[in-house]
Amino acid sequence: MSYRNDPYDPKQAALLDPASLEAAVAEAEKAFAAATDLDALHALKPAHLGDRSPVSLARREIGSLPPAAKSDAGKRVNIARQAVQAAYDARQAELEADRAARVLVEERVDVTLPWSRRPRGARHPLTTLMEHMGDIFVGMGYDIVDGPQLELEWANFDALNIGPDNPVRGASDTFFVDLPGLVMRTHTSPGQVRTMLDRQPPIYVVSPGRVYRTDELDATHSPVFHQIEGLVIDEGITMAHLRGTLDHFAKAMFGPDAKTRWRPHYFPFTEPSAEFDVWFAEHRDGPRWVEWGGCGMVNPRVLTACGIDPAVYSGFAFGMGVERTLMFRNGVSDMRDMVEGDVRFTTNFGMES
Amino acid sequence: MKTSLSWLREYVELPAGITASELDAALTNLGMEVESIVDQAGTILGDLVVGRVLTIEELTGFKKPIRFCTVDVGRDAPQEIVCGARNFAEGDLVVVILPGGELPGGFTIGARKTYGRNSHGMICSAAELGLSGDHSGIIVLPASEATVPGADARSIVGLDDVLIEVEITPDRGYEMSVRGIARELSTHFGVPFSDPGTQAAPGATAEAPYPLTVEDTVGCDRFAARVVRGIDPAAQSPEWMQRRLIAAGIRAISLPVDITNYLMLELGQPMHVFDLNRLNGGLVVRRARAGEKLTTLDGVARSLDAEDMVICDETGPISLAAVMGGETSEWQEGTVDVLLEAAHWDPIMVGRTARRHRLFSEAAKRWERGVDPALPLVALERAVQILTEHAGGTVDERILDIDHVVAPVPLTLPADAPGRIVGLPYSAEQVADLLRKVGCEVTGDEVLSAVPPTWRPDLVAPIDLIEEVARLGGYNGIPSVLPPAGSSNGLTPAQKRRRSVGRALAENGYVEVLSYPFVGPGLADTLGLPAADPRRSAVRLTNPLSEEEPLLRTTLLGPLLGTLKRNLGRGRRDVALYEAGTVFLPHLTSTAPPTLGVDRRPTNAEWAAANAIVPEQPWHLAVVLAGDIEPAGWWGQGRAATWADAIEAARVALSAAGVPDDLVTVRAGEQAPWHPGRCAEILVDGTVVGHAGELHPAVLAALDLPKRTSAAEIDLDALPDAPVVEAVKISTFPPALIDVALVLDRAVPAAEVQAALVEGAGPLLESVALFDVYESSQLGEDKRSLAYKLTFRATDRTLTSEETITARDAAVAVTASRFGATLRGA
Repeated sequence: MSYRNDPYDPKQAALLDPASLEAAVAEAEKAFAAATDLDALHALKPAHLGDRSPVSLARREIGSLPPAAKSDAGKRVNIARQAVQAAYDARQAELEADRAARVLVEERVDVTLPWSRRPRGARHPLTTLMEHMGDIFVGMGYDIVDGPQLELEWANFDALNIGPDNPVRGASDTFFVDLPGLVMRTHTSPGQVRTMLDRQPPIYVVSPGRVYRTDELDATHSPVFHQIEGLVIDEGITMAHLRGTLDHFAKAMFGPDAKTRWRPHYFPFTEPSAEFDVWFAEHRDGPRWVEWGGCGMVNPRVLTACGIDPAVYSGFAFGMGVERTLMFRNGVSDMRDMVEGDVRFTTNFGMES
Repeated sequence: MKTSLSWLREYVELPAGITASELDAALTNLGMEVESIVDQAGTILGDLVVGRVLTIEELTGFKKPIRFCTVDVGRDAPQEIVCGARNFAEGDLVVVILPGGELPGGFTIGARKTYGRNSHGMICSAAELGLSGDHSGIIVLPASEATVPGADARSIVGLDDVLIEVEITPDRGYEMSVRGIARELSTHFGVPFSDPGTQAAPGATAEAPYPLTVEDTVGCDRFAARVVRGIDPAAQSPEWMQRRLIAAGIRAISLPVDITNYLMLELGQPMHVFDLNRLNGGLVVRRARAGEKLTTLDGVARSLDAEDMVICDETGPISLAAVMGGETSEWQEGTVDVLLEAAHWDPIMVGRTARRHRLFSEAAKRWERGVDPALPLVALERAVQILTEHAGGTVDERILDIDHVVAPVPLTLPADAPGRIVGLPYSAEQVADLLRKVGCEVTGDEVLSAVPPTWRPDLVAPIDLIEEVARLGGYNGIPSVLPPAGSSNGLTPAQKRRRSVGRALAENGYVEVLSYPFVGPGLADTLGLPAADPRRSAVRLTNPLSEEEPLLRTTLLGPLLGTLKRNLGRGRRDVALYEAGTVFLPHLTSTAPPTLGVDRRPTNAEWAAANAIVPEQPWHLAVVLAGDIEPAGWWGQGRAATWADAIEAARVALSAAGVPDDLVTVRAGEQAPWHPGRCAEILVDGTVVGHAGELHPAVLAALDLPKRTSAAEIDLDALPDAPVVEAVKISTFPPALIDVALVLDRAVPAAEVQAALVEGAGPLLESVALFDVYESSQLGEDKRSLAYKLTFRATDRTLTSEETITARDAAVAVTASRFGATLRGA
């Protein structure tokens, strides 16, 4: 049906009537709003925006108008059509948003379901604690040195001023082997001897590692345990430097309140010598002094045996037990837990201690 | 060393109100480790009072005689007390603990009904008060001004002392005496000290009281002796002496023996008392002859060593010098004539003798640490005085003293040396003053000359004097100063490698263990190691803790499988463990290292020769795994760990160690204790660095481990240092993907097929992945199909399909010519 050549007839232009257009818009808005999903909305589109929709039919009636009225009528139709289109778009956006939200709801899962299909392993806390301690010293300019655990008696004892008659060289303290001149090292100090033989001062090294003594395994002893020992040799090194180093290390390990307290002691390889306690604020039974290790100024006899001139250089050395540190720092109450390799003990520590 | 405050106070004027914690701090800061400080007054709680027994009623009809007593304890009414002891009479003064009190050991006293009577408190024995072991009866006090009924009894019975136990370091023999500790405390508190060790004593006489010669003046550089005859053999040691001996942990035996022990504790001079009438002929002090016999006081018949020193009479050795006397010559009950010995022995000799005979007597402990050689005559004079005071007798005027003691050598110490070591600016006066407090004779000002006192044989080098300055100056006054920073090189490649490998394995589900390296001699057989396997050659501990595990591991697997078994035994089913540690591989020949001195650095040749005998101790890495490596769960089935997981663990480790993939080869190998058909050799750059796979079923059966348990072990020290990695050019052109399925003999290793594909495909190949392994009778007997996804890409263009196919064909061609592979379906 075409109206294009029809003569103007106001009756035939009824759809261009402003009231009719408003009604068409209102009806479309109402219908769109009533659509509850996108399919329903799409089904309404031809009726309100299609060729046979009131606004499309109204546009056709424009041709029947006298020229003077055409422009005005055209604007009205456009406004009406845009209003219907806008209502449609708005509703479509709403329904799309609803659907997206509904999909998210429907896709909800129980995120608390376990997914431990690849169990995590763990590193032994003695390993990670030794690494942590070593790293602090690397940060202070030290190298980490290793040495053999089955060691020359000379490096383990003689060079450290532990003479042949020292009782610790007996079979009740030291493991001997069926090879002459060798022992299981009783401390990591022979690693320091090796360092002094290998390089000239300045020497800043720590030696963490396994050591051996003939103690039966019980809650506080193990025949195999770990130490970390430090050695500094340079010109003008004093006990004050030793104290500064230990205080810094204590703070790095245990926080800014940590400090050390010294007690005079005897070690063959250092003189003067001290045992030292650390103020441990986080102790499970309340802040307290905890025995931590031994230290002192390297005995000139040791320097001489290792080829360093004691008239030019001085140095300090210190050492502490890694198991002992783990015991008070992490509240391990039984040495056997660290030895037996029960995965429950180690897994508890994860990747760091 | 145990002693008491009252004893110390005899020689040092300690502050009157000194507390236990002040004493503890002083001793600690002087370098003595305080084991305990016990105020005896605090060991008994409540009212411990003097009582006078008023009436005693004997109760009968019980298993033992019992007394019902009324006792005046200074209160309005007498106290009614039931008592089982019988060594007292009406009118005696006794010690009573009243209801509410508590005796040592937490024994509380109440009012209670016993033996049909009400008992309000207890009459005490010395044992009940912790004063001695004397249970024979209650304490009956002698009457005095202090013993008034109701008065506190603690000080009257000697329960007013403070007992001190300290550990003495091995360099300070002088502190093994009241004399030495008192001197230290006087220095610490700055209070007067009177030295019991330098009191006047008569010297040697021309004629000796008993004939004696010293044949070895190195082992015995001084021997002094005196004789007392006609003592009362029944004389008891005075109460105060017994109490002090008990407090020091030494049993009271007899007056002469107690005197020697008392003076050892007080002065530090061990002594010996012989029965003069049991000596046969003149005495000789000499080295023992190897194999000579002596029965020591502890009843043990000993075979002597040529290094031991002995005192002999005509019958042979009668005393193991400095360590323990012999049975035949010792004081015994009824001895009336005594010879008292105070000598000075070589500390090294005594230490060796004590260890050789396992006789760690109080005397030996002191000799080993060093005894003041100036003491013998002083000690003898004191001994003679106390002995005759309490047991009468006649002192022989003659005194023996054979003295070869070498005087202490002066030490030279620049006055600023202590400051240079300690880091505190001590003045020369301070240094000299502190050294004088030690007992040194000090002269000079800028450079000091110090003669150490005779009681300090440990002071032999300037550093020993510096230590004394630092110690007495106070360690805790030393400032805290960081030294100039060193210049670290960071971690070594080996250290980085161990860390990376450990972290990678832990992240892949393995739990680290640190096993003891001790293994049993049967392990090599259990693991099925062939006769010629180098891992059978192990270092043996000569003094293992357990005779069952005397060897040092040559493979990590033995101890690690033990740890696996422990975990399985504790109810764990799925276990994956790793360990990084050293193994001990002895050289085939072993010789003693060259003797290295300590007066100079060993030469490089000497040091190299010494190190040549040190067994190789490479760091190995091992993993073991049993059960599921991926657990079952709500998601479905788990996956059992297999040989492939063990090989993958080795690959993970190599990758974490920074070994480039193209250096790594995995091929079939045969190595105990692995399953011969499921064992991979892991090679890096053509060198075997380890093995991985499933363990041999026989080994698993022998170890009682689950079937299919798998393991890997690689030598971390055999890995090359991680290279600096060269970057690859990333192409932004699209890839071309082609799948190829090759049919070949089943025996052709997949790794070699893949290598052939890579080789043939040329540089356009970006990656290759095996995505299917298929076996079927249709393929033919002993054939299988391997399907690979090939990804091609060029860096400068989009590949045409012709280029891609040409490259694919080239890849297949290599597998065809090398292994006879055919394209499946072709």
